[in-house]
Amino acid sequence: MSKISYPIIGDYNIPAEYLLKHLFKNQVIIPPPITNKTIELGVQNSPDFVCTPFKYTLGTMLEAISKGADTLIQLGGGCRYGYYAELQEKILKDLGYKVKVINLITKGKPEIKRIINLFKEIDPKFKIRKLFYYGFITMKMLKYMDKVDDYLRCNKAFEVEKGNLDSWRAEMLLKFKTTKGLIHLYKTYKYYFNKIKKVRINKPDKVIKIGIIGELYTLMEPFANNYLEKDLIANKIEIKRFTTATYLLMKKNKIMKKAFKQNKEIKYQLGADAADNVMNTKWLCQHNFDGIIHLKSAFCTPEIGVMPIISKIAEKEDVPVLFLTFDANTSEIGVKTRLEAFYDMLEMRKK
Amino acid sequence: MNKVGIPRGIFYYYYKDIWTNFFDALDIPYIISPKTNKKIMKLGLKGANDEMCLSMKVYLGHALYLKDKCDCLLVPRIANFKCHNQMCTNFLALYDIVNNELAMPILNYNIDLEKHKSLKEGLFNIGIKFNKSKKEIKKAYKYALKEYSAIKKEEIENNLKKLSTNKLKILIVSHPYNTYDEMIGADIIKYLEDNDVTIIYSDKFNSKIVSKLSYKYSKDLYFKYNKDNIGALKYVEDKIDGVIFLSSFPCGPDSITNELVMRQINIPYLNLIIDDTSGFNGLETRLESFIDMLGDKHE
Repeated sequence: MSKISYPIIGDYNIPAEYLLKHLFKNQVIIPPPITNKTIELGVQNSPDFVCTPFKYTLGTMLEAISKGADTLIQLGGGCRYGYYAELQEKILKDLGYKVKVINLITKGKPEIKRIINLFKEIDPKFKIRKLFYYGFITMKMLKYMDKVDDYLRCNKAFEVEKGNLDSWRAEMLLKFKTTKGLIHLYKTYKYYFNKIKKVRINKPDKVIKIGIIGELYTLMEPFANNYLEKDLIANKIEIKRFTTATYLLMKKNKIMKKAFKQNKEIKYQLGADAADNVMNTKWLCQHNFDGIIHLKSAFCTPEIGVMPIISKIAEKEDVPVLFLTFDANTSEIGVKTRLEAFYDMLEMRKK
Repeated sequence: MNKVGIPRGIFYYYYKDIWTNFFDALDIPYIISPKTNKKIMKLGLKGANDEMCLSMKVYLGHALYLKDKCDCLLVPRIANFKCHNQMCTNFLALYDIVNNELAMPILNYNIDLEKHKSLKEGLFNIGIKFNKSKKEIKKAYKYALKEYSAIKKEEIENNLKKLSTNKLKILIVSHPYNTYDEMIGADIIKYLEDNDVTIIYSDKFNSKIVSKLSYKYSKDLYFKYNKDNIGALKYVEDKIDGVIFLSSFPCGPDSITNELVMRQINIPYLNLIIDDTSGFNGLETRLESFIDMLGDKHE
């Protein structure tokens, strides 16, 4: 019987674990959280100039294998992310492991037929009915998680008693793990969201608002961006982030179609999430945000291409942009210094 | 709009024969930027983002060089040639990047066969912008395509002929915009030719035959030009003495594809990554020892 594992992205391992456990019973191995050792493992075995998510995910795969996994699930995207799986499988095989890496999305399009066939290979008893049922619940779970997270990003910096919001959220995620059905899921979400909303918040009238845009892996995995959001919150800043699992899986196409009709800056899709970031920059500028932080992993081709366009739009609207690139060995202190200077500048402008 | 400027970079190496013949037949004046020199390189480094790949920097340099010398630039956008033949994201974004960088009119067409946007449609629209009649454009398009396929056929034949020599044969696996660029690949080609090596180019093969062969190395690969490259390697694998992988720093598709192929082949290979700071001296030493090694084996 094959043991399944998957690379971690942020807290999204909870819905992923829920879905896989219900589809494949007791064959799921939860990957350990990312640490410096994970990255070291990944960097050692990767080619020199692939983008950083490749190194991170390879590291988590190696750690999951040492726990006993032999079938690894890799997501994909519109750029070369969709082509990771094959090389990672080759690297792992060359290292002597008998493993299989499964690619769910190629060229930015999930083909349900292909995915079903792949799942049938893992487990011959796999039922399509189950995939749709639990897939739907997982989608809802992602949606609720993102809703709560959106609320936290706006308000966490201003809570009166520190730590309350985080503990409610952690408890909610724990409950999500043992969800029994759609109604049960909805009830837990409502219960905890009400609790979260009741937490006392002291928000002044004039707060600094920052929008975070950029490449999806660096945005969603806090370890990959040196816990940037935590740092922002500690400095009493309200955050807006567009890229979430819900956005990427469900809303993206609809929003982009609408946005393309109203804009003059770009004419075509630029690959991966690059065009989204242009639109989001415009949105942030129009909604009086004080600053924008653009995150990307090193060598991310679509984001590099879009950087001059973003800075041009922001310059026109007089909104400062900070571009940060994260590699496997980016020093924490270097980033912190730049961030502090950025906060100071925003505060001066606000006055 | 009178004079069309064609930057000598990326797209130029794929479409030069179609463009020049098409414009010649329609009597549209055009200017092609000169071969990459230090001045163009400087312009490119200044105008481009630091982290862009070298080929993009060169392209932007050419575009900036042409800024005052023509009335409009020709910058197409290529997204895909049907489902499994996607492009590097730079091909998708170049039009918008150039459009934001330079404030000048740009002639643009879009190749996106998934959405039924083809080269034919694009060139027709360009012809109409120059007030040519549909009949004229149709004739010019046919002429350009005929010339293009004749030139391509000859190139492929010449490339295949080289396989039958007894000299040392090396295949260069690289995109044409790197191989033939003055600042990227020219020094390497010249050095190899001086040392009496027969060079076979991976881009001068019949794409239809070659891209199918790429499945033997990689099943998931969906980058069209990389498919052609590694398919060419499979096609001539047992007829050559060595392979040189030549890519610009940091090329996205190459970084993964070449690594995957290098782990599978049994012939000697050399992986060269060209940066804007790397001089030729370092490369020369590596090339020399590579040729020496191959020479020993060859005898």
